[in-house]
Amino acid sequence: MKYLCIVYTEEAKLAALSDKEFEQLDADSLAYDKEMREGGYFLAAQALQSVQTATTLRVRKNKLSATDGPFAETKEQLCGFVLMQTKDLNEAIRVASKIPSARVGSIEVRPVRELADQEPWDKRG
Amino acid sequence: MTNATNSISEKVEEIYRTESRRILATLIRLLGDFDLAEEALQNAFAAAVATWPRDGLPENPRAWLVSAGRFKAVDALRRRTRFDAVQAELAKSLQFSTGKIEAPDLEDDRLRLIFVCCHPALPPDAQIALTLREVCGLTTEEIASAFLTTAPTVAQRIVRAKNKIRDARIPYEVPALADLHERLEAVLHVIYLIFNEGYSASSGDRLTRSDLTQEAIRLTRLLISLLPAPDSEVVGLLALMLLQESRRAARTSADGEVVLLEDQDRSLWNRNEIAEGIGLVRQALATRNVGAYTLQAAIAASHVEAPSSAATDWNEIVGLYDLLREVDPSPVVELNRAVAVAMRDGEAEGLRLMDELLAAGELQDYSFAHAGRAELCRRLGRNEEARKSYARALQLIEQEPERRFIQRRLQELGNDV
Repeated sequence: MKYLCIVYTEEAKLAALSDKEFEQLDADSLAYDKEMREGGYFLAAQALQSVQTATTLRVRKNKLSATDGPFAETKEQLCGFVLMQTKDLNEAIRVASKIPSARVGSIEVRPVRELADQEPWDKRG
Repeated sequence: MTNATNSISEKVEEIYRTESRRILATLIRLLGDFDLAEEALQNAFAAAVATWPRDGLPENPRAWLVSAGRFKAVDALRRRTRFDAVQAELAKSLQFSTGKIEAPDLEDDRLRLIFVCCHPALPPDAQIALTLREVCGLTTEEIASAFLTTAPTVAQRIVRAKNKIRDARIPYEVPALADLHERLEAVLHVIYLIFNEGYSASSGDRLTRSDLTQEAIRLTRLLISLLPAPDSEVVGLLALMLLQESRRAARTSADGEVVLLEDQDRSLWNRNEIAEGIGLVRQALATRNVGAYTLQAAIAASHVEAPSSAATDWNEIVGLYDLLREVDPSPVVELNRAVAVAMRDGEAEGLRLMDELLAAGELQDYSFAHAGRAELCRRLGRNEEARKSYARALQLIEQEPERRFIQRRLQELGNDV
């Protein structure tokens, strides 16, 4: 079963980290990606740029509107994701709880909805 | 109807009463689906009623029922008109599965069921409803009336929880040893919520509801019997509930009014529950791992061991609250400690602590904080302040007996300032 772990943090809190702390978080995240890969859980992971860089699109009546910023203003912002493969939710919680950014923000663990006839992840693109 | 038939149908009824939850727990594991298991359980008992009078009682009725339930589920899956690929797969695997149905497995299944129902990924009210429904076997209507809500609301909570168990794939397992302690905490929390709703109803026309306290106590005994290694906090929780429950008969007057601890007729306290509770507190305190439930139980034990309110060892109780606030710091613990300090060192000192707590803000909407403050002011003769605090408490209370108690206090205070 696949789970998308969506990482939220307060960007202000991230900005308040010292350069050293920030580099450490990046290094820890990369190291944990490797650990997840070796454990057979890892499918994909990325950190995201600040929410200030976001553009929101909507298509209504065939007309595109593009606006600055995220879909909704929230206290915590989406700042990264990990897509993992585990046998069930308990295993997903166990693996996701060690994602380094859980220490500064929060992680939403969402089961992936598999669509019929979807290519397996490793055979795509 | 012959005598033999009669005694067999009585036997089926007895087995249903004592075994149906165990059998259900195993069927959920074998079938991987709550609703399918519930249906299979009913079908298995129907089959027993139909065939046992003719063939006689099977050697192991429980195993017979589990196995009948599994076959009935396979049949049911085959017959479904909208027979999708997943169900076909399931029916096939069930047909050939040799899942064990021996006694130790059955006990493990009950423990699995408790951990699934109390899974932290489910919303708290769904955890409570699911536990009472699946583990305790209460009907949706019974759960609804216990929590003063409607049956459709409870049913909807249960359906959503079952859907989440399926869609998010919450496994049917006892947590790994590394997670056991944390997950057990969640289970104990659900049990204590059930108990508390019965011990001091959050709203409604009655102070207590014994059906819920009894279910919570039964559930904890079951948990103790099922856990591979005894956990001191489970023992502590059982002790706490027994000691609280022991005072039930004395907590309300014949006409349903609140009676305060110091005014209670101590001869009405249940001596058996007290004896068992105190024994369990000692057992839990003897371990090195003393947690919040054990400490609260020790406080309750101090209260019930005293021959009168005046003869209570308030020094010991304050000491226990000091330990409790280290283990489980919260404003409510501080408030209770302030009451104990008032009893030990005088109302003025208790009031000073309480005012500090109220000034911190977190207890502003907690009715017992205002009622407690009012009581201390009243004893100090500061009637105007007492009246104000009682009035604030009255705005926050949603339970009738508690409201009437405060109203009586306000009347007693009259107009003399």
